[in-house]
Amino acid sequence: MHIHLHREIGTLKKKISIMGGKVEDSLQKSIRALTTNDVALAEKVIAADREIDHFEIEIEEECLKILALHQPVAVDLRFVVAILKINNDLERIADLATNIAERAIDIRRCHPIHIPKELEEMATKVQAMLKDCIDALINLNELLAQDILTRDKEIDELHKQMYGFVEEGIRKDTERIGCYINLLSISRQLERIGDQVTNIAEDVVYLESGQIIRHNISGA
Amino acid sequence: MDKMEYRIITENLNVYYGTKHALKDVSIKIKTNHVTAMIGPSGCGKSTYLRSLNRMNDLIESFRPEGKVLFDGIDIYDKNIDVVSLRKKVGMIFQKSNPFPKTIYENVVYGPRLYGINKRNELDIIVEKSLKQAALWDEVKDELHKSALALSGGQQQRLCIARALAVEPEVLLMDEPASALDPIATSKIEELIFELKELYTIAIVTHNMQQAARVSDYTAFFYMGELIEFGETVGIFTKPGKKQTEDYITGRFG
Repeated sequence: MHIHLHREIGTLKKKISIMGGKVEDSLQKSIRALTTNDVALAEKVIAADREIDHFEIEIEEECLKILALHQPVAVDLRFVVAILKINNDLERIADLATNIAERAIDIRRCHPIHIPKELEEMATKVQAMLKDCIDALINLNELLAQDILTRDKEIDELHKQMYGFVEEGIRKDTERIGCYINLLSISRQLERIGDQVTNIAEDVVYLESGQIIRHNISGA
Repeated sequence: MDKMEYRIITENLNVYYGTKHALKDVSIKIKTNHVTAMIGPSGCGKSTYLRSLNRMNDLIESFRPEGKVLFDGIDIYDKNIDVVSLRKKVGMIFQKSNPFPKTIYENVVYGPRLYGINKRNELDIIVEKSLKQAALWDEVKDELHKSALALSGGQQQRLCIARALAVEPEVLLMDEPASALDPIATSKIEELIFELKELYTIAIVTHNMQQAARVSDYTAFFYMGELIEFGETVGIFTKPGKKQTEDYITGRFG
């Protein structure tokens, strides 16, 4: 019976890793679509979101099946419960990447607009966080997950700077208000992705240590 | 009655069967009005441990205990201990239900009669109270004088629990009490355990890990005669402290 459980958990791990790959890909493409004004690429991201939605449901059903049929305990229980939540976070990240792709299409209308370096830096950092987070999950690397938790502040700081940039832009360049609002929106999507990645990293810490570290409430 | 926090405490309990060292330095505090489960693979010592708590192992000739088993602070292996009155206070339920080939009524009053209660009305009260506590009364109240052997397996096991309760024990030791029962009868026994802990202190040996997780407040994991880990059941089943425990409960053993 346990052999079945461990096989199912192996399959689940493969699937969540594929899910992570798809989401990383969407985020990367949405940012490239923005920086290169590539509408076709942005449309690809939007189309891929449905596929990710379906995959999310598939993984969720897999988790429910394991819980119902095998009643896992200890590390197996923590794994299935963590995946159930992480799966949801990944799907949200794909939604946010889709929002970025849509904003990228809007922004093209007011081309050429200068993409500020703060936004580029934010995008690079968020992508690296997501990549590390998926690595931490697959390799059950608690230290890496802990490290990711400290990096979210940098994203929040960059988002604040972007707010200042947009405020100034709107004041000086009233013709492109729409563009600036779109930039701020993208910054906001990136900042939220940073939060979702943080959630995942917290679940990886739980998975490895059994400690719930969310909301700075120490469990034990 | 005094309310000790721990009804039974074992201190460095070692058990030998001849030259076989079956239990090694086991120290556990069994909390009053709580359920403590013993888990571990076959031959790990969990049943030996349970049976040491009311001196059931005395029946095995080569059995030799070392260390202490304190029941309400008194060492039960002391020379002056009256084993019969110890077993009255520490009752036992076995894996296979073993009702006497007598009526339901006679099964329940067997113990009280031994202890000198003979008045019909007193025995009637004991029968009703014990069967109610064992959640069997409603099913058998109209056929108390029918043979106990006509009952289903699950009912027989609850009758054995009623029989154990009839002598008003303080502790119930259960050795795989539901392993021979179907899921419905099992869930009745589990529900019963949950209700009984208000009145009694319960120690249970089970092979069914999910059962240990469901019914117990504390879990002790035994392996090769040693107590590997003891703690709150929720902790043991979500984040065990020892790798051996985790390997065992998740089936990654050996």
